[in-house]
Amino acid sequence: MAVGLEQEAIEDTNDFLDGVLKRNPVFVQVLGMCPVLAVTNTGINALAMGLATAFVLLMSNIVVSLIRKIVPAQVRIVTFILVIATFVTIVDYLIQAISLDLHRALGAFISLIVVNCLILGRAESFASKHGVVRSIKDGLGMGIGFLIGLLCLGMVREVTGNGTLFGVNLFGESFQPWTVMMLPPGGFFTLAAWLLFFNWISKRRADKALQQEVAK
Amino acid sequence: MNETGPTPGTPETKNPAAPQGASAAKIYSVVLGVGVICSLLIVTTYEVTRPIIKANKLAMRQRAILDVIPGAVTSRSYQYDEADAQFQLATPDAEESELIFAGYDEEDHLVGIAIEANAMGYQDTIRLLYGYSPEKQAIVGMSVLESRETPGLGDRIETDPNFRANFEALDVSVAPSGNELAHPIEFVKEGEKNEPWQIDGITGATISSKATAEMLRTSTTEKIPMVKAKADDFRSVASTDQRTIPESEIVPGAGSVPKPELVPDTKGKE
Repeated sequence: MAVGLEQEAIEDTNDFLDGVLKRNPVFVQVLGMCPVLAVTNTGINALAMGLATAFVLLMSNIVVSLIRKIVPAQVRIVTFILVIATFVTIVDYLIQAISLDLHRALGAFISLIVVNCLILGRAESFASKHGVVRSIKDGLGMGIGFLIGLLCLGMVREVTGNGTLFGVNLFGESFQPWTVMMLPPGGFFTLAAWLLFFNWISKRRADKALQQEVAK
Repeated sequence: MNETGPTPGTPETKNPAAPQGASAAKIYSVVLGVGVICSLLIVTTYEVTRPIIKANKLAMRQRAILDVIPGAVTSRSYQYDEADAQFQLATPDAEESELIFAGYDEEDHLVGIAIEANAMGYQDTIRLLYGYSPEKQAIVGMSVLESRETPGLGDRIETDPNFRANFEALDVSVAPSGNELAHPIEFVKEGEKNEPWQIDGITGATISSKATAEMLRTSTTEKIPMVKAKADDFRSVASTDQRTIPESEIVPGAGSVPKPELVPDTKGKE
């Protein structure tokens, strides 16, 4: 019953807020987990990765939406991947131009944006079926939703694992960092905690709605 | 879904706009066309960002060079010329990995030489730059250029103060024979360093710190005797255009020189 209520709500809200909240790619759809777990060991890495992914998502959504009428169905995936790979390569050069240190920190995961299922997923399930304006909204919403997800993990892991936030020392010398939080297991722990939190919130909301319905 | 968007067709059709039975010619032309446009975009971005990326890389290397040679404010790139058996100013198209950098103080006296070393670490190749002072016969600085070591563990080779203290004066004096080191660098466990040519490891980052020590040992064994023997090659340019009276000995490293600003690599001006 709760599911039915939620689906109704989805069709009411607009494309942008859908991506940010109701269908957040990280916490609700659980898409693109590879970069989510791998490069969220510091806040700044999470921010850069989130922005890079959001940019690729937005641009590929625009282009896919623009060319959707001329691309034959048989080769649509090939064409979409080509478009996505182009923007990933562009982002790779841009990050190198902005900061080599950042590029070093993100490493291979910039190139791996190509295979982020979130981006191809949005191209195939949304941009190839909707106009440019709605695709932009969807790309922005999903991109910001993904960025928020990455930031949630990156900030927690940096504070606990290193005692800093965006490179600013928070606790002073006496803090003993939890090294495990910087390592891959820390990513899983943090993700699990956030998923627990968001599921608890949505369950509570659904329960409340159900109670109100019953009371009526 | 009940769409009111501009897309024509019924909601049931999976991809309403694109005809299912497109001809081969259309398929080819669309994929080719998209491919050509994409390549143009990539090439344009590459061309626009290339000078910036190159400048970034040079600035990063410059920072590392001045970082590993305390007291240096400018640097020049040299490469070893096999035919003449001496170090010469590097040509712009020289192989990056073969370059050796000489650092000079304000009066253009040689204070040290920066050499690159690399080897496999725990995750991937570690590239680092170390500074050699011919006068102290020691390694006087080390800076990691590239590493993907585990954050919090292996990357302590860049951050651990005790480990970094190894490279303040690491003895690499050349044996009297002139073609080998008196004491090749040794790796010991944390806290067991009692000779100036030993490197104290990091507990919890044994593989990364050992790899660092190993690559330094290999690189210094191979290069330091030659660099020391030819140290005058790095001074010759300085003496011709800066100094009137050639000095046989360099001025001891100006230890208290404030940390210099970025100085453009002189190589770029030539």
